[in-house]
Amino acid sequence: MDSSLYKDKPEPVLSPVSEAGTPIAAARLRRMREQLLGYLFLAPSLAVFTLFLFYPMARSVYLSFQLTDPRGRVAAYAGWDNYSRMMESSAFWNSLWITVKFTLLTVPAGLALGLLCASLVHAAGRGSKLFRFVFSVPLALSVGTASILWMILYHPTLGMLNYLLGQVGIAPIQWLTDPSAALGSVSLMTIWMNSGFPFVLLLAAIQGLDNDVMDSSRIDGASMWRTFFSIKLPLLSPTLFFLAVVSIMSAFQSFGQVNILTRGGPAGSTDVLVYSIYREAFVNYQFGTGSALAIVLFALMLLLTAVQFLVLGKKVHYQ
Amino acid sequence: MRGYGHSRHPVRLFSLYGSLILLALFVLGPLLYLLAQSFMTPAEAGQYPPKLLPSGLYTGGLKNAIETVPIFGFIVNSFVLAIAIMVLQVLTAALAAYAFVYIRFSGSRFWFALFISTMMIPWEVTIIPNYLTVKSWGWLDSFQGLIVPFAASAFGVFLLRQFFLQLPRELFEAARIDGCGHFRHFVSVVLPLSGPAAASLAVYVFLNGWNQYLWPLLITSSDAMRTVQIGIAMLQFEELTSWNLVLCGVALVLVPSLVLLALGLKPLVRGITAGAVKG
Repeated sequence: MDSSLYKDKPEPVLSPVSEAGTPIAAARLRRMREQLLGYLFLAPSLAVFTLFLFYPMARSVYLSFQLTDPRGRVAAYAGWDNYSRMMESSAFWNSLWITVKFTLLTVPAGLALGLLCASLVHAAGRGSKLFRFVFSVPLALSVGTASILWMILYHPTLGMLNYLLGQVGIAPIQWLTDPSAALGSVSLMTIWMNSGFPFVLLLAAIQGLDNDVMDSSRIDGASMWRTFFSIKLPLLSPTLFFLAVVSIMSAFQSFGQVNILTRGGPAGSTDVLVYSIYREAFVNYQFGTGSALAIVLFALMLLLTAVQFLVLGKKVHYQ
Repeated sequence: MRGYGHSRHPVRLFSLYGSLILLALFVLGPLLYLLAQSFMTPAEAGQYPPKLLPSGLYTGGLKNAIETVPIFGFIVNSFVLAIAIMVLQVLTAALAAYAFVYIRFSGSRFWFALFISTMMIPWEVTIIPNYLTVKSWGWLDSFQGLIVPFAASAFGVFLLRQFFLQLPRELFEAARIDGCGHFRHFVSVVLPLSGPAAASLAVYVFLNGWNQYLWPLLITSSDAMRTVQIGIAMLQFEELTSWNLVLCGVALVLVPSLVLLALGLKPLVRGITAGAVKG
């Protein structure tokens, strides 16, 4: 791609090597300077990545085979003990299962909501700009502010949600303290908080669709729903797929809302993977087992990325 | 704009806008509640059944939040952190992207692949060693500790590289013929032209920095270094009784991000969609 355009010009044939070494030496010097300059430009990023990504990644692997003291110093070699104890503990499997459930609760609903909002905004004429802004507002939300806000909305006796439920004659729900409701409550708030990203991407994708195809299908008498399901949806599938992968990854990395709303409880019902890493390492000071959990998270991410590449590779062939 | 032929029918129009308004209520509802609450007097806010609207624009709650809680300090901390990360990340990304596009050096393909591969490492996987590193350097509870680990990002490099590849190559040729070295070319030709892409990246990075939660939670411990997101969450547990104050604090913290979103929605959306094309 970055073709030979910028390569140093080949040595002029007119100055043979034997006669004078200087042109070649100069060219070599220039090439060396270019080489050096390349690394100089990369150096700042490379330094940060090395110190805060590559090195800690390797150290996570190392730590996962060690026992540590509360200050994080290695106390003894543990071998596979951290992993085998993890596999035997029901808390680990619970946490993995909770993470999967949380993903299933948030990702499909989040995509559907984004797709619905984007399609409607695209179809709207007047006011579409206003609605576009409204649905983009969650992009500005942070996990800190959003969680606090919902904590107050979820308050069992004074909260707005139970009050509204009461108005329509539904008994109050113990949103965050009932083990069977807590994960759903955290998920609802998460869908709300994350709804900006899928909306923005899907709207851009819908606007990029070829209008001629849509028009011709409509002229052929296809209904709006038919057009949507048999033409639009397949055309949007790459974007939806990308979003699904990114959302699954982010669901697997959720932490803040759990830490603020439920602290993993009640009865471990919201104990997602990253929260259990946090608890293991920074509450119980077990950096070794915490690292083993982190490695599991990394392996899962890698798996997801691999799936993404495989499916995308197929897509390219398919078209 | 180009409203659908289908939706001109009044019934369709009604259902279209009806659904839009319902969805908008779901998205904005909690925020409108927040807005209403922050203009209520403590008595109004504590009322049950809850009031939906304040009787007037009472600003005492907001003032109270600023005065009783070190919220102003939290906001300043987060601003410093987010702006520093933004400037550093745009700068380091621009330098690296420049190298990948304009400088011929051996191994450039390898380094680019390595940079991109860092996007696969979730930050949470590295927090334990990073925490230990920062602690061993004595950087706990400091701005260095909050900023330096985020001074570079592969996403930024990728985004700016895509943009640089689209810049007309003639400019580079011309600059070279004029005897312009890489540094001058970078500073006086490429940087000024990269405005739109840099703006996308900047808005994205600023919002991410402003909204950070886990890392500041781990490494800050004093009120003097707390960022808004942590500070506001602490408030929740300490002053559970005075909702009003908590909600006013949340409202104050949200204002900067909402303003930035209103101003920078376009570049932000451009950045997000450009990032997604990578597939």
